[in-house]
Amino acid sequence: MNRRLLGPAPQWLKRGRLAHIGLLAATTLVSYGCGPNAPNSQSGAAVSGAAVLARPEWPSSFAIGHDATPAQIAALDIDFGPDGAGAPPGSGSVAEGKVVYDTKCVGCHGLTGQEGPNDRLVGREPRDGFPFGESRGIRKTIGNYWPYATTIFDYVTRAMPMTSPGSLTPDEVYAVAAYILFLNEIIPEDAVMNAETLPAVVMPARDRFVPDDRVGGPEVR
Amino acid sequence: MGKISRRTMLGATGGLIAGGLLKTRADALAAEEGVARLQTTQADPTKVLGAPTSVLGQRAPGEQPRRQMGTPATTASSRTPIEQLQGIITPADLHFERHHAGVPAIDPDRYELLIHGMVDRPMTFTLDDLKRFPAESRLCFVECSGNGGAAYNRNAARERAPWQIDGLLSTSEWTGVLLSTLLREVRVDRGASWLLAEGGDAAVMSRSIPLEKALDDAMIAYGQNGEAIRPAQGYPARLLLPGWEGNAQVKWIRRLEISDRPSMTREETSKYTDPLADGTARQFSFVMDAKSIITFPAFPNVLPERGWWEITGLAWSGRGRITRVEVSTDGGRTWAPAQLQEPVLSKCTTRFRHIWNWDGGEALLMSRAIDETGYVQPDLETQIAARGAGSSYHYNTIRPWRVEADGRVFFAQGEGA
Repeated sequence: MNRRLLGPAPQWLKRGRLAHIGLLAATTLVSYGCGPNAPNSQSGAAVSGAAVLARPEWPSSFAIGHDATPAQIAALDIDFGPDGAGAPPGSGSVAEGKVVYDTKCVGCHGLTGQEGPNDRLVGREPRDGFPFGESRGIRKTIGNYWPYATTIFDYVTRAMPMTSPGSLTPDEVYAVAAYILFLNEIIPEDAVMNAETLPAVVMPARDRFVPDDRVGGPEVR
Repeated sequence: MGKISRRTMLGATGGLIAGGLLKTRADALAAEEGVARLQTTQADPTKVLGAPTSVLGQRAPGEQPRRQMGTPATTASSRTPIEQLQGIITPADLHFERHHAGVPAIDPDRYELLIHGMVDRPMTFTLDDLKRFPAESRLCFVECSGNGGAAYNRNAARERAPWQIDGLLSTSEWTGVLLSTLLREVRVDRGASWLLAEGGDAAVMSRSIPLEKALDDAMIAYGQNGEAIRPAQGYPARLLLPGWEGNAQVKWIRRLEISDRPSMTREETSKYTDPLADGTARQFSFVMDAKSIITFPAFPNVLPERGWWEITGLAWSGRGRITRVEVSTDGGRTWAPAQLQEPVLSKCTTRFRHIWNWDGGEALLMSRAIDETGYVQPDLETQIAARGAGSSYHYNTIRPWRVEADGRVFFAQGEGA
């Protein structure tokens, strides 16, 4: 889905703070690699390898490949990010989600989402702090570790149930997301999840994630 | 070495008949005869006519390395037996596996890569299209972000072999088209800074990748060690991000959506984030820090006698070239530079060697890698002090091995080494 800038992304991901991670490179591409009058002037262009966007003899386009039609894009464009842009229509309640869960999820995730044998989905402990870095053995769940509720929809739509991936309708996925969020004590029992309400859910671990500060050099981080 | 059974021979040649490589039963029988001769060692091979040529080579009967599945075996991962390999290349059939919903069966004639989003011209590329573009080949490692987890433990078990510690690491020559070459064709919008990379497996596995990496050295790879990428490594095409964690190098790549923010997929939030002792978790921690591991001598080797032995292993860094590997035989009190075997390549494994005269006493072997940024592979306590004992992924601490006086070798992380 085409991303818009405003939305519940953490501050460090918003425009203006991205230069360290990609904006500079994007500008470079537009300036040197993509425009119809790309100068093709990068030194060392005969050297094969990294960071050489175009060699001097290259045309501005090789005219290889095909235009993608809107239908082709729509068929594959299934991602549902934190801003909710392009979220599919539909809705589901906690009660409807329990029916989906008890039918299609319980075998791998347990009666209440805590039993496994596969990933534990439910659990808020420890409610104070975020001690996962201190010692091993603290079970990560959707309730205590996942920063975005939209990720539940995005992942379930793609990959669940494991033996029949991609088989759930948007209504079923909204519903099962609602049920899991309810079991985690994040939304009330009468809540309904849809394209507007799911992105608005604030997850307990939302502000725990920080950018990678490892940069090489002598310091161990 | 005795002859293999006739059933095994028939199994081997039956596949060739089914594959259309052998035309007749007579051909098959001749091939069986050749297989049989290859499977038999002779007391004096100079007195027996050797085996004929064959359409597909095979390993010597006594050399049958296998991927290690662990106990209990899982369907989600298998490991490269790094201690059984020479040099730096991983044979394609021994490349480690990590799948999130199995290996998809993709028809190469129906395969397409879609690039869309913040671009002037959304496009699709068939496999033949991808192969028409200017190609690149490079050697680099692919490593699972969780590799080395067995070493990040003050109570690590002694009976741990190199494959159990670092077997989620493989090195190949990859061939493909640089992603920057494809992005020239679609013309990326100003302001774009991320892309979503999505696979065509049953998990439709997806990761958000900074555009900066896509324009640097990212590749859409279709070749592996001279042949088509194997299904388990992403056939017919995968994303290759040299030096970055394996999970981000999406296999079976089917879609790239150019964007200005990450998508926050499951794999970059609930998984592949690195919790720290200060109550935060590192996200988008892509780069693999410098590491090394001695692969000989190591558990379960037993040195049969004192004397000269070559200590050898692998060193690698996701930030560039390995500039130095140091080896200690006295538990880190003294260090000596190891010989680095050429080629020494950026974001690739480097083979190191250090000749050692074992005096028959107890010894504690260690190696530490230094990369071109000046980073020095840390010991366990230094890493725990920086991250916390519960931190996950990117486990790059020194891997120590204890040689006992009887020649047995054990993993020594649990000794407090």
